[in-house]
Amino acid sequence: MDALMQFIYSGLTVGAVYALVALGFTIIYNASDVVNFAQGEFVMLGGMITVFAFDAGLPLPLAALTAIVATAAIGVALNKFAIEPARGAPVVSLIIITIGASILIRGASQVIFDKQLHRLPAFSGDDPIHLLGATLLPQSLWVICGAFAIFIGLWLFFTRTLLGKAVLATANNRLAAQLVGINTGFVMTLSFALSAAIGALAGVLVTPITLVSYDVGVGLALKGFAAAMLGGMGNPKGALVGGLLLGLFEALTAGYISSQYKEAVAFVVILAVLFVMPQGLFGEKKTERV
Amino acid sequence: MLSVEGLRSAYGHIEVLHGIDLNVSSKEIVTVVGANGAGKTTLLKCLSGTQPSTGGDIRFRGDALTSVPAFKRLKRGLSQSPEGRQIFTNLSVEENLRLGAFLFTDERVDKDMEDAFQMFPILKEKRNLAAGGLSGGQQQMLAIARALMGRPHCLLLDEPSMGLAPLLVAQIFDVVKSLREREVTVLLVEQNAFGALKIADRGYVMETGRITLAGAAAELIADPRVREAYLGI
Ligand SMILES: Nc1ncnc2c1ncn2[C@@H]1O[C@H](COP(=O)(O)OP(=O)(O)OP(=O)(O)O)[C@@H](O)[C@H]1O
Ligand SMILES: [Mg+2]
Repeated sequence: MDALMQFIYSGLTVGAVYALVALGFTIIYNASDVVNFAQGEFVMLGGMITVFAFDAGLPLPLAALTAIVATAAIGVALNKFAIEPARGAPVVSLIIITIGASILIRGASQVIFDKQLHRLPAFSGDDPIHLLGATLLPQSLWVICGAFAIFIGLWLFFTRTLLGKAVLATANNRLAAQLVGINTGFVMTLSFALSAAIGALAGVLVTPITLVSYDVGVGLALKGFAAAMLGGMGNPKGALVGGLLLGLFEALTAGYISSQYKEAVAFVVILAVLFVMPQGLFGEKKTERV
Repeated sequence: MLSVEGLRSAYGHIEVLHGIDLNVSSKEIVTVVGANGAGKTTLLKCLSGTQPSTGGDIRFRGDALTSVPAFKRLKRGLSQSPEGRQIFTNLSVEENLRLGAFLFTDERVDKDMEDAFQMFPILKEKRNLAAGGLSGGQQQMLAIARALMGRPHCLLLDEPSMGLAPLLVAQIFDVVKSLREREVTVLLVEQNAFGALKIADRGYVMETGRITLAGAAAELIADPRVREAYLGI
């Protein structure tokens, strides 16, 4: 029983990270139908820039803010210099561009930063919290609460604000969006900035637990993608639930079967979703009549 | 209100508008009729800014429009219900209408939406359904209603009767006619020349990228050349 509780806590913690990555996917996907595989790099940049700014003497909150703003700027640049010039290209080409961009960002980080593992101090100390017979790190609570806060924010954004609807409208029909007065170029800029900022925030929250190095982005993008697929691409609720479920699957597999199989869980989930329910748990079937 | 002079436009190297002259005065209903491929849609796309023009001038309420990007033209008072309806299929009927008034946040938005529902009661019934599930006629109503939510001075309508059953065509034309009372100027593009000329004040006949005839709608309906070529009489 205690062991199960322990697995659940660790599953929820990593699951919250996957959920944050998946939430980042949601925005760009909603605005453009593009799955941005550089999303994992945003998480890495969030962690790395915070570490280097913190080591340079900035207080932690300021270092984190610097990282989030800088990563958002990199997201905007990615849109401006890689996605926008290729406008009109098929979505698959745009996705390949994001994969190229992720390789570029990783390479540049290796040169600008280094190849070492880095860590940050936990925000609220390292004393474990005892809860229901198992222990939980305070930093895990930061990560889980962070994921929920971002989820609620995004959910309100897409369902309650006109700007959120404008993002959805831009993805659905860019031409019509312009006809109703939406500046679709700005919507794209905003989406990349927001996605990148959320990714960076995930990096800041998780670095005290998992450490960060230039190459953590690949794995995170893959896990986040599996989570988003599971929940239904484009749906914030799907991203949150998908992320948490994937984290739990992984932790339980590692705990009860073998940690060697843990990494395979994401692939199994992707395949299972593709075969059984391509629209995911909460994804809407697209209705269209011609 | 709207004046077009020597307008040219091309797809790649192929010019499809060879110098269009046309004007629409305030509160008029003007129609441009022409056969399949004449360039009617291209003309409207140039007016709404979704297709670049390669020459000529567009002036709207005193301002040059040619260099204004598409998304800023609604703010100037020019709204378009485009060919193929182009509604937001994944969003609900109500969300489509709300986005039609994207530029506005005042109380008039709710009132305009009620007006839209009064004009097309079926849309009210289906307000919470995804717009992609509507029938062709309902989608056309939604496209027109959405364009009106933007509070246009001038409404550009691209073949609202296309693909609709005769009864629906009559209903749509009635609505267009009723825009007169709302003081909305209308530029209506149609292959259905007879239906369009019947409700219009003036008309233009377009053939392969050129205006070949212009005049009062009643005169055009009576013109033997029009009757032969477009009315099948
Ligand atoms: N996207 C495009 N690329 C290349 N050529 C095009 C494109 N759209 C239209 N054309 C060509 O431009 C010409 C004018 O087309 P347009 O769609 O403006 O005609 P239309 O009068 O609206 O026809 P319809 O009544 O069928 O809607 C046609 O010869 C058409 O083949
Ligand atoms: Mg046309």
